[in-house]
Amino acid sequence: MTAASIAMNRFGYGLAAGDSPPADPRRYLLRQFDLFDPAPATITARVNTRAKTGETLELLRRLRQDTKALAAMEQANAPNMAEAMRDEDPRAAALAGLPPEYRDKLTEARRVLAGDIAVRVNLALTSPAPMVERLVHFWSNHFSVSVGKPGTQFEAGPHEFTAIRPHVLGRFADMLSAAVLHPAMLIYLDQFQSIGPNAPFSQRRGRRGGDNPQRPRGLNENLAREVLELHTLGVDGGYAQADVTELARALTGWTVPGVGRVGRFAEEQTSGAAFVALVHEPGPRQVLGRTYAAGQAEQALAILDDLAGHPATARHIATKFARHFAGDTPPPALIARLEADFLKTGGDLASLTRTLIDAPEAWTQGPVKFRAPFEWLVAALRLTAITTLPPQRIVGALAELGQSPWRAPSPAGYDDFAASWAGPDALIRRVDLAERIARNVPPDGVIARAQAAFPGALSEQTLMQLKRAESGHQALALLLVSPEMMRR
Amino acid sequence: MTSFDRRSLLTGSLVLGAGSLALPRIAFAQGAGNRNLLFVLLRGAADGMAMLAPVGDPGFDSLRGASLADYDGAPRIGSFFAVHPALAQIAIAAEAGEVVFVHAAATAYRERSHFDGQNLIESGGTAPYATKDGWLNRLAGLINEGAPAPLRALAIAQAVPLALRGSAPVSNYAPSALPQASEDLLARVSQLYGADTELGPLWARALETKAMASDDGLNNLRDASAAGELTASLMRGEGGARIGMVELGGWDTHANQRGAFARSARQLDALLAAYKTGMGTGWSDTMVLVATEFGRTARLNGTGGTDHGTASAALVMGGAVRGGRVIADWPGLAASQLYDGRDLAPTIAMESVLAGAVAEHLRLDPARAMARLFPGRDAVPLSGIVRA
Repeated sequence: MTAASIAMNRFGYGLAAGDSPPADPRRYLLRQFDLFDPAPATITARVNTRAKTGETLELLRRLRQDTKALAAMEQANAPNMAEAMRDEDPRAAALAGLPPEYRDKLTEARRVLAGDIAVRVNLALTSPAPMVERLVHFWSNHFSVSVGKPGTQFEAGPHEFTAIRPHVLGRFADMLSAAVLHPAMLIYLDQFQSIGPNAPFSQRRGRRGGDNPQRPRGLNENLAREVLELHTLGVDGGYAQADVTELARALTGWTVPGVGRVGRFAEEQTSGAAFVALVHEPGPRQVLGRTYAAGQAEQALAILDDLAGHPATARHIATKFARHFAGDTPPPALIARLEADFLKTGGDLASLTRTLIDAPEAWTQGPVKFRAPFEWLVAALRLTAITTLPPQRIVGALAELGQSPWRAPSPAGYDDFAASWAGPDALIRRVDLAERIARNVPPDGVIARAQAAFPGALSEQTLMQLKRAESGHQALALLLVSPEMMRR
Repeated sequence: MTSFDRRSLLTGSLVLGAGSLALPRIAFAQGAGNRNLLFVLLRGAADGMAMLAPVGDPGFDSLRGASLADYDGAPRIGSFFAVHPALAQIAIAAEAGEVVFVHAAATAYRERSHFDGQNLIESGGTAPYATKDGWLNRLAGLINEGAPAPLRALAIAQAVPLALRGSAPVSNYAPSALPQASEDLLARVSQLYGADTELGPLWARALETKAMASDDGLNNLRDASAAGELTASLMRGEGGARIGMVELGGWDTHANQRGAFARSARQLDALLAAYKTGMGTGWSDTMVLVATEFGRTARLNGTGGTDHGTASAALVMGGAVRGGRVIADWPGLAASQLYDGRDLAPTIAMESVLAGAVAEHLRLDPARAMARLFPGRDAVPLSGIVRA
């Protein structure tokens, strides 16, 4: 690959039809720092759905007493592989079995979610800063939430839009607290119902001699564990079970507005979450050998801040960042550069990105990585000059390709190893989809487009096949699945 | 077609160079009335010599030996031409006098790029990409002049193809059941990944799985038939579209042509048969024009296929067509008679076939139609296609 091709494809989402390849690849990338819009109109104009989250969680609480309805709800919430392709929706039957109020809420949640996914994709299709859009999606996957968890559907989009996007060129510490303490994450990893065993609320309840046994009470360590293992230090980052428990205690009180009997005591937080002092575990905390004074909401914030700057975090982030851009087994020298930069700047992500751009290891001829489905689809659509797609088409295509946004199978996010994606079935799905996409758009100048998309990097083999195609539409379909498109 | 050399044979219903004696009466821009025109574009350069094999030509055996068996017992038109067995329904319609084949026809284009060739057969221009609208759209415009309301023109496609693009109003409708060229695309992807050590083996495994999982051929045939029915339903009756266009891919048969051509031909056959049935009593006022951007090499290549060539065959079908015959100024298949020493030589301008057929069918002045649809040419519109 040439530098121009690397700049567009390895760092970004490829060429948008009609654009010219960059004359100065490095400057082209650096300029995107200024061109990036952290709060575009499609995001700022989004209707606030926060209240619906509380309503949904309340609904779920009532549903728990009705296991049959709950099963139907879970089924209705499952991803559908052929959403846009089929008329009959297997979920329709499941939906029909629900009481109307639940059904309406689910339908609304799906509509809002589809709209948010469309916002994400359409932004990437037209962005003048495709590299920074890639960063948004990288970090969003680092702080993965899944709409497979009931109650998160109204929050997954806002999580990326407000907790990730504004910080991708800012401080890691800011992103960490915004992402971890956002309602989406608090619901996804069960934090919203974690209660300090010695918190005033528990004491009072204990005195009353027990409560409904169905009600959650006590500490939930899920979020604390994932913060240490996935978001900051990494699995070998040198923490112990005691650190997990202490962080979990510090996090108690952080919950979602409008939920439960303590909801009326909630204080709103900048992350969109609420803090309920009544359920916060009192006392000082000790995490990784450091002591944090007794406090309220700021206790967890102080711990998160220290975790953000920890050397193990620097190492962990540097490795993931390098793996994403420079291949499954990134050069140790690149990891070292990124790690050093992260430590030196205290987690300045703009500097980290600049260091990546400046690193010779990021510009190896390659290609170094098989494109994951989301990345492939966005690159393919950009190349066809499609600038906007209706939500259902996007949701359907991504489900078919196997990478629906905000639906990763675990809190670790979607796997960033090429081998996980480069399978026979993935190829067939992309070829099928490429044919459908190509049939829908004017197929003019495919050869010129191919040459602009992969300047100096288009193989003779691919060029020959494109020239031999029996129609412009077929040539475009072939271009979309060419080896040059599959890897970067 | 008045001054060509009748050097070949003239037998039975085979007519070489239809005479200009049987000129239908032509009223100037009388309007289409209830007449329908369906244009079927075969994308990928359909092999005219496979479609309508010149089995009577002494050169045919040596060029196409490997595929000769296909034409044993195939329906004949005269003793010279045999219709490909996959076009069974079309052959029956020809027998009933409803199909005219035109052979050794080509547009003015003499290069071998699909893109350029298709651009020309759709735009009607003389140089690729020079003309921005399509000849079918200009045809609609011509009929609309002086008509109380513009006629309905319709593409059965997800995007309006160039032939129908232009200033006259056009709509399009995409059936989910339009036959796909998927098999052809899959074969090309195999070539695309052929040299790739990662994607090549993955793709081979993908195809194995797919082959076990489904039978595409059957599905595509059903789809072709459904597309024909759908097209008819959108074109029949008072409110139906007067001009329609359908595209069919899968004709770029560089390898193993016998199977690949038969597959595509069966789809064309099923589509046209269903269309004819669907048009019902409207069939007597309907004309179907089938054409392709260029032909293929006369000789089979080393992989049992044919490469990009020059002249091909076209097909005119309809209730009012003076059919059951072949219009050709047969150029011959001897080495010296081939164009560039490799292709069937063009002796009829495809533009005059298209312009002549639509002018007669829609009662337009042929010279005016030619000038509007395919400007800048000196070829004379073909005549005598429609019964007087």
